[in-house]
Amino acid sequence: MAKSNRKVALEKSPSGIQGLDEITSGGLPKGRPTLVCGAAGSGKTLFAMEFLMRGAIQYGEPGVFMSFEETEDDLAKNVASLGFDLPGLAASKRLLIDHVHLERSEIEETGEYDLEGLFIRLGHAIDSIGAKRVALDTVESLFGGLPNHFILRSELRRLFRWLKEKGMTAIITGEKGENTLTRHGLEEYVSDCVIFLDHRVSDQISTRRLRIVKYRGSTHGTSEFPFLIDEKGISVMPITSIGLKHLVTSKRISSGIPRLDNMLGDKGYFRGSSILVSGTAGTGKTTVAASLVDAACRRGEHCVYFAFEESASQILRNMRSVGIDLEQWVKKGLLEFHVERPTALGLETHLARMHKAVEESKPTVVVVDPISNLISVGTFLDIKGMLTRLIDYLKMNRITTLLTSLTASSSLEETEQGVSSLADTWILLRSIEIEGERNRGLNILKSRGMAHSNQIREFLLTDQGVELVDVYLGPQGVLTGTARAAQQNREAAQALASQREVERMQRALERKRKALEAQIAALRVEFEAEGEEMKRLISEGQANQKSVARQRTEMGRIRGAD
Amino acid sequence: MENRERKVSSRMKGQRKTRAGTETNKSRNDRIWVLRLYVAGQTPKSVAAFANLKQICEEHLAGKYRIEVIDLMENPKLAEGDQILAIPTLVRTLPPPLKKIIGDLSDTERVLVGLQIKPSIRAEVAV
Repeated sequence: MAKSNRKVALEKSPSGIQGLDEITSGGLPKGRPTLVCGAAGSGKTLFAMEFLMRGAIQYGEPGVFMSFEETEDDLAKNVASLGFDLPGLAASKRLLIDHVHLERSEIEETGEYDLEGLFIRLGHAIDSIGAKRVALDTVESLFGGLPNHFILRSELRRLFRWLKEKGMTAIITGEKGENTLTRHGLEEYVSDCVIFLDHRVSDQISTRRLRIVKYRGSTHGTSEFPFLIDEKGISVMPITSIGLKHLVTSKRISSGIPRLDNMLGDKGYFRGSSILVSGTAGTGKTTVAASLVDAACRRGEHCVYFAFEESASQILRNMRSVGIDLEQWVKKGLLEFHVERPTALGLETHLARMHKAVEESKPTVVVVDPISNLISVGTFLDIKGMLTRLIDYLKMNRITTLLTSLTASSSLEETEQGVSSLADTWILLRSIEIEGERNRGLNILKSRGMAHSNQIREFLLTDQGVELVDVYLGPQGVLTGTARAAQQNREAAQALASQREVERMQRALERKRKALEAQIAALRVEFEAEGEEMKRLISEGQANQKSVARQRTEMGRIRGAD
Repeated sequence: MENRERKVSSRMKGQRKTRAGTETNKSRNDRIWVLRLYVAGQTPKSVAAFANLKQICEEHLAGKYRIEVIDLMENPKLAEGDQILAIPTLVRTLPPPLKKIIGDLSDTERVLVGLQIKPSIRAEVAV
């Protein structure tokens, strides 16, 4: 490779095609030809056309489109559906279409010739608008028109060299061959950059992929990148090469369910983290997702909801029944639904579309509901790979992602897609069946980087939204629903009874005290009565003693005692 | 598109270089052969093509042909009108239908077949 002392990096011509410039680190090699090959219908013509048009519109580089297959009118119609005004560009001399028509039946070959006519024609077209970009689509059709392939090959080699000398950034398209990149081996002549477009169908689902086969003098992604052709042209998704480079934040966002926020260390999810909500059927996964969306929209953030199971209106209706009005956010343009049957597209295409939707509306919250449905479109490995790339991509953009996953009750703590390792927070919803009744339970299986509750909470769907209630934890184990209510009633009755008992005892005590006090009072009265009598007797006795003493003294005086 | 072509062809008439051609001898055949030879400069192939053409015409179409030589080096715009890619290219504009012969016209037999001066023997065998 030209790694050695090359100081000037290869100059590149930005294609303007979404994603392509990222994987080619800047675009196609400037002033060199690039071969774009692929089977019929793989998007070669569109690729070439978009390169020219974006060059003309966005980068001020006029272009010449030499078409060997389609007429100017056909091309104009084809790209009009992508919102490009071909006649307008042609009128303002920013794009020139030259339709080269070669009819085999009209041509007889007699002796030596060359393709100077083509050179003159192309050269004239380039000079007349000062073109910087050229597309030849598909130069290979000359092989059908000109019988002498020996001459044609040497002339094509000369043509590509000539384009390079003129400093044209050129795209040459070529039809895919049996065992070669192009049917007529054009890759031998165009060796600077080769891009292969593929349109594969597996299990009746088609996926478009793009691969950079080679790019001389430049690093490039070598994997296959899925790409889309839609009303905005081609968009390549550079998602395959995303790694674990995302920066994290410690900011938190509310889950929309206050009690759940409490369980998640009082603050909710980490912004930009991935949340997996798994559970059996009907446990309220969508509601948990909708709560997050509702909370985010309430803060004025943008959300994108990818629904693979229900239509948007169905989700809106169902959420309204639990008091979550998402419709207002849709109307305000904060919430966007992308509804698609998983089987409608291949995994890569799903991924590409999701990527595109996220690029366009720049949300802060993305919901994929549910990922388990994707199993119908791909193998376990495919899905895991796809989800890894999706989550990595979203994380890199600091988008909070909520994935729901339907699990079989037999393997609750195991997602079929094996994405649990990708999830930062894993909320498990389960049905708890007690006494012939199913109730919803919620617990946090894991939540990276935060203290979280490890309790199971009962999950109630009320018409005011989601409510989390403590389950009954008593001597009889975990109780939910009616059983919890019954147990609570029983407890209340018991409490009431004991309260009454206490009151009764208190009354008895009071009575006893009063009786005792009455007795004391009576005794005191008796005592007082007896005391009076005794006092009287005492004083009488004392009076008697005095009079006896007085009489004795009197008697003594009378006796004349001395 | 239509307009442009018409403009090109009208300009073409003014720049036409008629090196040979006579329209006399109407008594023998009214059909005039208009042959247009596209070249790009005075290359050996172009010179050879013109010489070969001249000779063939003199032999087979004496007195009822006209040759127009168009040098694309001078008039690159004209390449588009007749869809010229290969040089040299001979275009039979009259009589219709349009026929194109590419190469230096060294294979006289094929030129005659191509111009439909002579019926294609090979084609008949093939059929």
